[in-house]
Amino acid sequence: MSLYSVLATAAVALSSLAVATAPRSVLAFLAFQGALLFVYLARIPTWLRVGLLGVALLLLMPLIGAFNGYYLEVATQVGIFAALALGLNIVVGLAGLLDLGYVAFFAVGAYSWAIFGSPHANVIFGGGFPLAGVWFYAFLFVGLFVAAITGILLGLPVLRLHGDYLAIVTLGFGEVIRVLANNLDKPINLTNGPKGITPISRPPAPLGLPYGEYFYFLVLLIVVVVVLVNRRLEDSHIGRAWEAIREDELAARAMGVPLVRMKLLAFACGASFAGIMGVLFSAKQVFINPESFTFLESIGVLAMVILGGMGSIPGAVLGATVVTVLNLQVLKGLSLWLNELKNAGVTVLGYSLADLPTQFEPAKYERMIFGVILVLMMIFRPQGILPARRRQRELAHLER
Amino acid sequence: MDYPLLLGIFPQVFLDGIILGFMYALIALGYTMVYGVLEFINFAHSEIFIVGAFVGVELLLGLKSVGLLDGLPWPLVLFLTLVAGMAASGLLAVTVERVAYRPLRNAPRLIPLISAIGISFFLQDLIRLFESLWRNAFNLVYPTIDVLNLRFELTETIDVSVKSLVVIVAALLMLWALHVIVNRTTIGTAIRAVAEDQAAASLMGINVNRIISLTFLIGGAMGGAAGVLFGVQYGLINPYTGFIPGLKAFTAAVLGGIGNIPGAMLGGLVLGLLEAFAASYLSLLTGGAFGAEYKDIFAFSVLIVILIFRPKGLLGEIVRERA
Repeated sequence: MSLYSVLATAAVALSSLAVATAPRSVLAFLAFQGALLFVYLARIPTWLRVGLLGVALLLLMPLIGAFNGYYLEVATQVGIFAALALGLNIVVGLAGLLDLGYVAFFAVGAYSWAIFGSPHANVIFGGGFPLAGVWFYAFLFVGLFVAAITGILLGLPVLRLHGDYLAIVTLGFGEVIRVLANNLDKPINLTNGPKGITPISRPPAPLGLPYGEYFYFLVLLIVVVVVLVNRRLEDSHIGRAWEAIREDELAARAMGVPLVRMKLLAFACGASFAGIMGVLFSAKQVFINPESFTFLESIGVLAMVILGGMGSIPGAVLGATVVTVLNLQVLKGLSLWLNELKNAGVTVLGYSLADLPTQFEPAKYERMIFGVILVLMMIFRPQGILPARRRQRELAHLER
Repeated sequence: MDYPLLLGIFPQVFLDGIILGFMYALIALGYTMVYGVLEFINFAHSEIFIVGAFVGVELLLGLKSVGLLDGLPWPLVLFLTLVAGMAASGLLAVTVERVAYRPLRNAPRLIPLISAIGISFFLQDLIRLFESLWRNAFNLVYPTIDVLNLRFELTETIDVSVKSLVVIVAALLMLWALHVIVNRTTIGTAIRAVAEDQAAASLMGINVNRIISLTFLIGGAMGGAAGVLFGVQYGLINPYTGFIPGLKAFTAAVLGGIGNIPGAMLGGLVLGLLEAFAASYLSLLTGGAFGAEYKDIFAFSVLIVILIFRPKGLLGEIVRERA
């Protein structure tokens, strides 16, 4: 056993103990996540790495969830965004097509189950709805296909556009989907407008699992599948074709890469991951409305991809974790802490915190965080925190 | 169908469309000038625009609090507000270029675009942070100046408010000034030279960096003026208001042919008119099935259709592709 192996095991054990003893402490949970990152990065044998990560994610995480259910919710959200980031990673990171309306595909998936999995479908089709919970599993695939087809539909008209124009058109597309979701309560009531759809059925949970744990495991399963698919794609001829298009479209075409098919495939693949997660998201939340599918969400997913490193699979997962945890825990924790200080009447340098304006709430400043992340990453580390291996090799070559 | 009604509201809708169009034209100039020299979409321009509106409202509220708002003659107040908004937005645009775009001048195309999106998001929340701490509110309303709300009745169905006339006149003056600067002065020649070919321009002794800063200054100032006029015309602003008009103005710039200054003006007017008519007539023509909410979709559809069938826009020239 090397020193690193001992350290990694100890880190996981100690941090999970810390969470168990102080289940309300955000710092303890952050330490647990840090330990997982350390396990991933440390030089330890593969069997130990896989074993530790497996134990942590399959056993420790649900246990932690038993102490503090909110952490399980955070972990589930991280998983959902990890799948979204991996999907966008294909479009932006591998194929180099900047998509600013990615959340539209998530919305398409979410609405496909929300409409049929709730009594709302009765308004459109008469009676017989909601569909039974088991249909949820079928709709995971329906959502996948519908999103993929939407991806192709978006891809077809914009195939000829490059770079910035493509970005603006996809942004417009995202807005169009949101405006449609907001307004298609007439002439036919398809989406129930801004009021949203509820209640959305959930599948019967197997083995009597509580829903928190059930959705956690389901998300974990999907993320693992998505990661595997991504890894296989990356080094296949399709993945190489995408990277060729990203680096130089003309050269790729000259080498016989079928541009149209490959670009559409990138859009469809990226969209399908978002679609499947959308279906899951609607069942998990029980309620959806257009507010969950704004431009802010698209930029959030983009920030995850860029933070982790465009084109890098571990990067996308790390980016999703960092941004989600920042949003759900660090900023919220900061707001709560500030409020406590305010109520306690603490003064800093003679300034009473109770005089702070009520409109000032750290939890509301996620855009600022996204913005700073995007700008700083572009200026100082455009390859991201965990750059893709191929890109790393290229950059190393350039420096020599 | 109620034809007399459709015809009756026509002049009013036309007027609204013209006002909206001038607003878009002023904002679109910022996009198109920057695109002309750097070939990149300054995504943060919508926030530069709304900063102008916020500086304007702060100045007016400040004047009001010391009781000068009604004491000073209103044209002077408006002029001061416009100048303040233009100065703030222009300087902000120059700063943004210096901090977030210049280090990325030679990077691949997507890199500065992503940086610009970051700046846009950062500025939105920065305004919110500032106003939350300063006024404990970030939805601000422009204080009313009574003269501006006077309305002339032209006919039974059409009336024009003084502020609409002010907006139109101010926008026309601004566009004329820009036209003179770009086409009649040495600076304008330098800007056009840099847009044409940076390397050749620098060989002719033009300081390219300074001209690029100047382009951002002028474009930003136009955006700031549009911001103040937007506030005067529509009243309510918040830090996120700039996003949609910014996007529409970009559409207008593309519609007219991006990089082309008269094109941006034409594109703005066309888009403003299209949108005003869509907003008023869609619901009437479809019997209420599709209402004014669809005007945004309408604008984006216009953008997509232009990009597919006429990517160079109405007045656009052929833009070389950069590898």
